[in-house]
Amino acid sequence: MNYQFPDDNGRFGQFGGKFVPETLMYALNELEEAFKQALEDHAFVSEYISQLKKYSGRPTALTFAENITSHLDGAKVYLKREDLNHTGAHKINNAIGQALLAKRMGKTKIIAETGAGQHGVAAATVAAKFGLECKVFMGEKDIERQALNVFRMKLLGAEVIPVSSGSRTLKDATNEAIRYWVTHVTDTFYLIGSVVGPHPYPRMVRDFQRVIGDEAKEQFLSLEEKLPTEIIACVGGGSNAMGMFYPFIEEDVTLIGVEAAGMGVETNFHAATLTKGSKGVIHGSLTYLLQTEDGQIIEPHSISAGLDYPGVGPEHAHLKDIGRVQYESVTDEEALDALQLLSRKEGIIPAIESAHALAHAFKRAKELSKDESILVCLSGRGDKDVHTLMDHFGGNTDD
Amino acid sequence: MTNTRLEIATSKAKQLFIPFIMAGDPSAELTIEIALTLQKAGADILELGVPYSDPLADGPVIQQAALRALEGKMNLEKAIQLVPLMRDRGLTIPVIIFTYYNPVLQLGEDKVLSMLNQNQIDGILIPDLPFEESRSLSDKCEQVGLPLISLVAPTSKERVQMIANEASGFLYCVSSLGVTGVRKEMDDGIYQFLGEVRKHSKVPVAVGFGISNREQVTLLSPHCDGIIVGSALIKLIETKKSELLDSNQREKALSEIKTFVYSIIS
Repeated sequence: MNYQFPDDNGRFGQFGGKFVPETLMYALNELEEAFKQALEDHAFVSEYISQLKKYSGRPTALTFAENITSHLDGAKVYLKREDLNHTGAHKINNAIGQALLAKRMGKTKIIAETGAGQHGVAAATVAAKFGLECKVFMGEKDIERQALNVFRMKLLGAEVIPVSSGSRTLKDATNEAIRYWVTHVTDTFYLIGSVVGPHPYPRMVRDFQRVIGDEAKEQFLSLEEKLPTEIIACVGGGSNAMGMFYPFIEEDVTLIGVEAAGMGVETNFHAATLTKGSKGVIHGSLTYLLQTEDGQIIEPHSISAGLDYPGVGPEHAHLKDIGRVQYESVTDEEALDALQLLSRKEGIIPAIESAHALAHAFKRAKELSKDESILVCLSGRGDKDVHTLMDHFGGNTDD
Repeated sequence: MTNTRLEIATSKAKQLFIPFIMAGDPSAELTIEIALTLQKAGADILELGVPYSDPLADGPVIQQAALRALEGKMNLEKAIQLVPLMRDRGLTIPVIIFTYYNPVLQLGEDKVLSMLNQNQIDGILIPDLPFEESRSLSDKCEQVGLPLISLVAPTSKERVQMIANEASGFLYCVSSLGVTGVRKEMDDGIYQFLGEVRKHSKVPVAVGFGISNREQVTLLSPHCDGIIVGSALIKLIETKKSELLDSNQREKALSEIKTFVYSIIS
């Protein structure tokens, strides 16, 4: 296997591409060229790596979840601790990369969209750090359920723009960010937070996130002297999963992406795009998405605002179709159970997004033998979710 | 071939007036009535919009019109099927279907093309299908002789020549950056941009986005072959919605639409 995607047209197999208004085409071509040159520029790459170390705190730890492993009595469970990054999630890796690129391109303004707020916080953070003006588009519904992150963004000096159109969540925040970009494309850099959107974003975000998988591979090999049996990561848009999986695509490792099944994939309240979706175009990219027969996009559901997205990165769509990655789904309840278990056994409160990956990993650990191991991408910490958790558990975490 | 209707319309030595309306807003029946009214008022080509849940290139006015039409269960198939009903009632001007790409993909490119041909439609315009992504569809359109209308924007730069070279039907020139919607003033660079586009285009050049009054039309007319008006008309339809739906007041509301068109073009 010789995995080389995307191709020159920005396609991962049939997926990806640039399905955007003509107004944006020049900007996308310009960005593609700037990104290509930046990757070949040693000074740019070493500045990016240096910021990850000095500012974000990389490399993040690889933690053996010893208590969980003995509790489950199966495969060893390892956690790649993206929750230990500055701002609390993997999102900062990509935000640093794109902010440096924006500076290099001479842009002074950035815009971003956010659902759970983690990407918005990361964008606001790098804007403050690198002296860029920042606007963050966020659905009104997400503003309500992620009040803490909204406050953080404002504290960091970003302007949070409430989006009242459509379902008032991430999908609509993304639409509004694109509309704003169409209008201000000459001086504004659009900092996309996941491996979604038109080419070159899916590739660019993956390349800025692959540090997760590259580090994990090295750390794992030095601890275990072999690769893990399975690697598991949650998938909304899919950036932490893509960053984790990418360096392992040509290795003999089972890769599993976990989507949000919400109230169950048999109901209409889920965000399981790869499990239940069909091919279509959303936010500039051909991928799997949740839609009606007529091609109208359907609003997804998940307790996690970060997974509440009707599309998915086009590379995931391709990896599903060629059978390289398995995609599973986990309900709100299962994720919350896993969140509690990790909190109590390991003293780590994960983000609800990451808890989806954990829930599936705990299931798998019981099915595998003790000489096998599972590596989970713990994409973020749960601090931002405490309000949701308090609402759910009613302030009482006893079972 | 169906596109002779478009060729005849665009070969007239006059400024083309191209109104945009949303199929199903406020109802399927009224879309037919409004189309006929626009023809009477002097429209040369009709752009018939298909409602879409996530219209990236549109501003709030057209977005809201799409939501209203979606509530009435309008879709691409039904919008196409409205056109023969318009023809039965006397519509003779060319009709261009304006739709986002995803509904086309779901119905299937081949099925959409054969439906367009069978239903006396004269072209299709897809705002989120740029030149690079349109190869498969534009080949199929060429085979059946149906124009796939291209868009050029002020940011197209060296892309203008490439797009203009292969344009068919007419070329849709986006007047300024941003989404659809009424603008008070046109960007300064518009005339130079239109000149550049016209230099390369073998087909008529029509300008859209933000045009709402006669002053703009007067200024733009010497620099283009046609004017597209969308949001300003949709806004009027929105404010007249209850009158349009009331059979006693309908005629009056339709005549106000006619008056609005006269105020822009005559």
